[in-house]
Amino acid sequence: MSDKTLSIALADDDEDDRMLFSEAIDEIDISTKLSLFNHGQELMDYLTLPNIVLPSLIFLDLNMPIKNGQQCLVEIRNNPKLKDLCIAIYSTSSSEKDIEDTFLNGANIYVNKPNNFSKLREVVEKVLQLNWQYHTSNLNKETFLFRI
Amino acid sequence: MTLFVKYNFDLVCKTLLKEQLDALDISYTLNSLGEIQINGALSPEKLEILTTSLNKYGIEILTKQKVTLEDRIKNAIDDYLKNKEFRTVKLSTYLSDKLHYSYAHLSTIFSENTYTSIENYMILKKVDLAKELICHTDLTLTEIAFRIDYSSVAHLSGQFKKTTGLTPSAFQRIMNNKKL
Repeated sequence: MSDKTLSIALADDDEDDRMLFSEAIDEIDISTKLSLFNHGQELMDYLTLPNIVLPSLIFLDLNMPIKNGQQCLVEIRNNPKLKDLCIAIYSTSSSEKDIEDTFLNGANIYVNKPNNFSKLREVVEKVLQLNWQYHTSNLNKETFLFRI
Repeated sequence: MTLFVKYNFDLVCKTLLKEQLDALDISYTLNSLGEIQINGALSPEKLEILTTSLNKYGIEILTKQKVTLEDRIKNAIDDYLKNKEFRTVKLSTYLSDKLHYSYAHLSTIFSENTYTSIENYMILKKVDLAKELICHTDLTLTEIAFRIDYSSVAHLSGQFKKTTGLTPSAFQRIMNNKKL
């Protein structure tokens, strides 16, 4: 397998969800470096630090205190330095309105939080694979839109 | 005032490459998207100017070591999907004929390096093409299905939905609303 490491960020206010996510990602064959954030503001503070290596993929929960996922998404897309980041929304909400709103605000992937661990592993792996294809192939980023 | 534009990626890239190569008076043939055959030698100075001028447009010249077999497979798949006359044979036959390796070998190398299979990549690429046609042309789904060799609209919609999680019409609605 390739030796490149993918750097990934997750912003989620639920401690259990963060832990499960990082366990799932450890079990996947793709080598990754995961950074965890407790809420949107913490993530945004990190992303706007000077001289950091930006993650190639961000997972965003929608319902978080202080700054929620939608707000982060809009801020990221309006920041010239960050606007090309790949963003996956990671939420329990399956309301069509939430999903469409996040796409309109510039999300690339919408993931419904699965309710069991093996499912979680499966979807996270799928997202990583997709993200990998978009980073290494001639695929059109403008139409990078998936719901998993 | 806001203007909306429609563009053809393939044509944009090709025209851009042509302009840059012509400006430097280089003799060349464009083989496929991602491969330029230079006729004769290219002086290091010219190569450097070309590298800088292409860099401005986000185009990077790959060095020999960087052009891996999986990249060549990907380019061949792009060609295969864009030219109807190539599709008279199966993808596996086309790839092994073009790259002079057995399909089994190609498929192993591909899976080892890209986290996906040739088949899955081809589906992703076909759906990507369908997305591009939905966004940038006025073709109906029936015409799009015909163009990229789906036996029916139902087959195209099914694979689109299975791959992207969205129906073609939901995708189109989102893309239209995004523009506004």
